[in-house]
Amino acid sequence: MSFISYLINGISLGSVYAIIALGYTMVYGIAKMLNFAHGDVIMVGGFTIFFAVSMQGLPPFVGILLAVVLCTILGITIEYIAYRPLRQAASSLAVLITAIGVSYLLQNLALLIFGANTKAFTSVVTIPAIKLADGQINISGETIVTIISCIIIMIGLTLFINKTKAGQAMLAVSEDKGAAQLMGINVNGTISLTFAIGSALAAIAGMLLCSAYPSLTPYTGSMPGIKAFVAAVFGGIGSIPGALIGGVVLGIIEILGKAYISSQMADAIVFMVLIIVLLVKPTGILGKKIQEKV
Amino acid sequence: MAALLEVKNLGISFGGLRAVDDFDVSIKKGQLYGLIGPNGAGKTTVFNLLTGVYKPSEGIIKLDGVNITGLKTIEINKAGIARTFQNIRLFKELTVLDNVKAGLHNHYKYSTVEGILRLPGYFKTEKAMNERAMELLKVFELDEEANLLASNLPYGKQRKLEIARALATEPKLLLLDEPAAGMNPNETIELMNTIRFVRDNFDMTILLIEHDMKLVSGICEELTVLNFGRILAQGETSAVLNDPQVITAYLGE
Amino acid sequence: MKKIRLSKSLKDNIITYGIVILAYIIVQIMVSSGNMSSLMQGLLVPLCVYVILAVSLNLTVGILGELSLGHAGFMCVGAFTGAFFSKCMEDVITIGLLRFILAILIGGISAAVIGFLIGMPVLRLKGDYLAIVTLAFGEIIKNIVNVLYIGKDSNGLHISMKDSLSLGLEPDGKVIINGAQGITGTPKDSTFTIGVILIIITLIIVLNLIHSRDGRAIMAIRDNLIAAESIGINITKYKLMAFSISASLAGIAGVLYSHNLNSLMATPKNFGYNMSIMILVFVVLGGIGNIRGSIIAAVVLTLLPELLRGLSNYRMLIYAIVLIVMMLFNWSPKLVELRKRFSPRRLLNKTREVQ
Repeated sequence: MSFISYLINGISLGSVYAIIALGYTMVYGIAKMLNFAHGDVIMVGGFTIFFAVSMQGLPPFVGILLAVVLCTILGITIEYIAYRPLRQAASSLAVLITAIGVSYLLQNLALLIFGANTKAFTSVVTIPAIKLADGQINISGETIVTIISCIIIMIGLTLFINKTKAGQAMLAVSEDKGAAQLMGINVNGTISLTFAIGSALAAIAGMLLCSAYPSLTPYTGSMPGIKAFVAAVFGGIGSIPGALIGGVVLGIIEILGKAYISSQMADAIVFMVLIIVLLVKPTGILGKKIQEKV
Repeated sequence: MAALLEVKNLGISFGGLRAVDDFDVSIKKGQLYGLIGPNGAGKTTVFNLLTGVYKPSEGIIKLDGVNITGLKTIEINKAGIARTFQNIRLFKELTVLDNVKAGLHNHYKYSTVEGILRLPGYFKTEKAMNERAMELLKVFELDEEANLLASNLPYGKQRKLEIARALATEPKLLLLDEPAAGMNPNETIELMNTIRFVRDNFDMTILLIEHDMKLVSGICEELTVLNFGRILAQGETSAVLNDPQVITAYLGE
Repeated sequence: MKKIRLSKSLKDNIITYGIVILAYIIVQIMVSSGNMSSLMQGLLVPLCVYVILAVSLNLTVGILGELSLGHAGFMCVGAFTGAFFSKCMEDVITIGLLRFILAILIGGISAAVIGFLIGMPVLRLKGDYLAIVTLAFGEIIKNIVNVLYIGKDSNGLHISMKDSLSLGLEPDGKVIINGAQGITGTPKDSTFTIGVILIIITLIIVLNLIHSRDGRAIMAIRDNLIAAESIGINITKYKLMAFSISASLAGIAGVLYSHNLNSLMATPKNFGYNMSIMILVFVVLGGIGNIRGSIIAAVVLTLLPELLRGLSNYRMLIYAIVLIVMMLFNWSPKLVELRKRFSPRRLLNKTREVQ
């Protein structure tokens, strides 16, 4: 029975990774860059809620709204100031390093404002836990909200991409930026929108992550960010369903690894699985193979 | 004269598309041979099959009597085929001289240790490489630009450098993919002379893909015309160019 | 006969060596005349470590053209194998310098072997996928070291992945690698002089490799893999060569690092992706492929937080802002264009024209 508990927890953690991975994969597919600062936007979201709810005593939903708005604005601003000028840079490593700089910036801003000691995050989830199988399986309220949020986001995003003009524009830009521009698509606006959506999702991920694992430091976003990046690559970078699969599988492996093998080796196991998958399928589970023209 | 390149029944499919089908050709040593046809006919695909970029699904390729079908690109180059590319593929961050020296890689060797410790073998071999590379550059009138970055050369000279580099690998057969693309009439005439010079002075056999009919009729001795992956006509140049089928499919009224 | 590039690259290299030797001399003068704070003196060996790490990473990123995010993993391998050897041989080889040189060789070779084993499957992956796999390996190495227990007694070596008790050591045995607590009491053999010598050895290896037949092959692969194949270059061999040499040098940096500390532990901060990323920042800021730039960037960016110490709380924030601004300044096409337009040479020419 505990296996099912672990499985559910794994799916829950995986859902958070999936939501974060979505941000990574969308930005990668459309803006063609690895946004290393993405994980830290999650942390900003977490701290905003902490500030609003735990420090200022505002109701949870105000905190969540504030976090989403702030992170969205933050994402758009970062893209405009730090990434857009480097879009045509001689090397694609330039924007990667700048993203690292933004990551350092966000971490140290949080450090300055809130200090280094771990904050106790009060969960914003008010739904009670569900008990199944005579109390042997306990599904926390956070878990329920996380999994449902992930499903809603996935469906919403897929509908958005397929049914709206802005969503189709995002698809076009991801296929061929030049051609999209020639067809009258506002490439800059589309990329800004991508960052906006990704950052909003990061805020939600921050809320869910901190509710389930209630310790918050300026470095809280870093490792989940890396793992979500791994999940996005694992599922096939640039693929939205890939982000979902990658995230959930990764979460399950991590929780099961912690439970059955070793808490210390859990991370190593996750990474090992990634490596094995990539060696068998070099572009990830749902990734596309791009053939270079000779 | 014995055939240097003997190709029989070469074919490959991509997905459901039959890109090259039942391709035969026999090229004699020292010939200047042309492969022509409309865009998308499969000419570069044939090159890719000959150089091991693609593995053929059917057919046999023999170079100088040796079966090289299905070998990897590196092995095919060692066996004696060198090529240039439709979109010039130079080593942009290396100098003109180093591009050619890279081509000398398999013919002038010294060990990694000799290189790092700067043992006498390094100096001796590098000197020989420099001399050989400059020799080749002189043939293509690129010796003045030896120390320029390859990316700083004008387009026409970049094409010549690519040929020089291919020659450095001491091939038996040289494949040129649209060498005259982007050149004006004067440059094209210069290129024609260069190609003839290479064939005469390097004991070379040359197979080239071209759209420029002046060049084709000017230097090619025999032609194969490709259309939709299949051979449309094959034989002596003037005969092929006057073939009514070829005119309809490719050359226009 | 035209003057060939050999003399220009030779000139460049001499300048690079010269800068290193000059810096060494200046530091030694400052130290012996008492002009250097103990804080700065404590930074000297770490500076050497970071310089070697930056130069060796540039071999993979700038010369081979592959993004590696797991460089710290190789440093970790070298650090632990070197320190392990030194601790084991503490009583056997009593000449410190000899033992240290052997430790350096062992660290370098171990890292090279790991680099080779990882490189074989991994180097055929493309760009970003390669990057994430190298990051994964770096984390795996760090994690494995954290659960490793190795002890020595009169019966030989005992290894366990669980805890130190299951090693089953004799009473006279001692635990050398103690899981998450790592290795304690490594002989403090690292000195600034040895660090500078190792930097020079690193430079000799890397610079001589670049300007050689093998270097041309490696750079050809970077610039155009398909063309490199078409001229008969063995792609796998040269990718592995560059990657392994790069890993080996990182391992040597690791030995230097581990013999400068009393307790060596594999934490996320020193052997995790944070370290790998920091080295990558040095490489990109110094110029991808620019070996001298890597040295300068490593030194400047390591000293910068220390120089900003006066601003205490704000220093890392300023570091981050400086990094972002420098990146934008050096790499944004628009800003580069602006800089060229307002360069002194241009302005001088313009005034000449007017007259």
